[in-house]
Amino acid sequence: MSGLRAIIGGALRPDTQADRVVPPSGFTAQLTVFAAAAMAFLAVFALALSLAAGRLADQWGAELARSATIRIAAPPEQQQTQTDAALRILETTRGVARARALSDAEQAALLAPWFGAELSLETLPVPQLIEVIETAEGMDAAGLRLRLAAEVPGAVLDDHSRWRAPLVKAASRLTLLGWSAIVLIAAVTAAMVTLAANAALAANAQVIAVLRLVGATDSYIAQAFIRRFTLRALIGASVGMVLGMIAVLFMPRGGDETASFLTGLGFQGVHWLLPLLIPPLAACVAFVATRMAARRTLEGLT
Amino acid sequence: MIELENVAYSYGGGELLSDISLKLAPGSFHFLTGPSGAGKTTLMKLCYGALLPTAGHVRLFDADVRAYTRDDVAMLRRRVGVVHQDCQFLDHLPLSENIALPLHVSDRSAEAQGEDLADLMHWVGLTERANALPPELSGGERQRAALARAVIMSPDVVLADEPTGNVDWDMSQRLLRLLIELNRMGKTVLVATHDLSLIRATKAHVQARVLRIANRRIQLAGADL
Repeated sequence: MSGLRAIIGGALRPDTQADRVVPPSGFTAQLTVFAAAAMAFLAVFALALSLAAGRLADQWGAELARSATIRIAAPPEQQQTQTDAALRILETTRGVARARALSDAEQAALLAPWFGAELSLETLPVPQLIEVIETAEGMDAAGLRLRLAAEVPGAVLDDHSRWRAPLVKAASRLTLLGWSAIVLIAAVTAAMVTLAANAALAANAQVIAVLRLVGATDSYIAQAFIRRFTLRALIGASVGMVLGMIAVLFMPRGGDETASFLTGLGFQGVHWLLPLLIPPLAACVAFVATRMAARRTLEGLT
Repeated sequence: MIELENVAYSYGGGELLSDISLKLAPGSFHFLTGPSGAGKTTLMKLCYGALLPTAGHVRLFDADVRAYTRDDVAMLRRRVGVVHQDCQFLDHLPLSENIALPLHVSDRSAEAQGEDLADLMHWVGLTERANALPPELSGGERQRAALARAVIMSPDVVLADEPTGNVDWDMSQRLLRLLIELNRMGKTVLVATHDLSLIRATKAHVQARVLRIANRRIQLAGADL
């Protein structure tokens, strides 16, 4: 534990001489920075996707969960009686904030996409719809169904669970996919840094031999590489994160009415702070990956 | 200080050294000679923990080398200065920083700024070359630089493996004089060389014990030198 603390401390503490013992590696250094930037850029989008899908799941879940519909399908002469009976039951049902029968105009508007705007409801046996808005606590749908079955034979309660479940499930799955993408990006970053670190260690075999000969400990040698790759990952990921956030900021937005999943892709409120975690996390990944690569290489040397 | 007891070393199925017993007392001067491929470099490496014996015991500063951790070996190398024939440097750093490297790696960087480094560079005659990069140095300069780097930590022991292999006679003599000076300062010195004329030329200046490796074993060289 103290060894790890020493290595972390050593990796973070600037030591210009230790940094200089490994020669600058030019093009490969730029590649590491570029790869870290690209990964951070993608991570910002994965994060935005995940958060947007999460918001959508919550929104759909909350909106659909708070409303229900009762359909009264009765002979025309009984329709009004049964509608009134259903409304009376709803008035005394715990968890129902308000309920109202839709007007003919509203029902016609609902059917307009299929039958056109000129539809006359008198010509069709259209059931009466009752819109039910629930309180925050929600209602007992099963109990309400039993009461309706007993007193309003033509009533059918639809609490939207058939619609809600797959939508919420899809959005939740999308959230999970977003987080999985972030984990994969971290893993790819680790693999990329490991490859780069291995290449750097192999290319600097003579440097390592000289350092070992003059009494350098493994942690001193490792830190020279760890510091370098950690810093490159930090710089690259910072650039990628800023570019990613700018790209998200300029994503097209829809208004409240047209808001959809694509136009809602982005960050809201404190979520704008979350991408700031990407550079330090990328640096941590690079730190661990380089340390493991360096330890493996150095332990193979005398 | 450095003690080998019935040491054997095998590599690739063949035994390179067999039943080697050797003791380097503090302040002693030893030559190690023998034909090329006899195992001189292997024996040197056993003496600073770069190799572990396949049989027998190597005791460095009163501890068995097998008990050394990797960090212990690093600490050991701060007490044992090593000079190789093909001495290697960090080619991107100037000579003065290369010589001061042991101070830096042992967290004594402040000392690298002091007069000691300047004195040491003067001692090996490289003051003018302080800012040169290693690839710009001649063979003799590289050997002297390697010697300076090996002694900057004021080690107890200096091991020099064919230190005169790449230099002319005059430079060989100069390097040997530096090693003799170190010995007079109380350092234990072990010089591996196949050049018997060098040993003969040095014997008048230092009381040296000459060891020869032949047929995988070590023996005290006699009058043939």
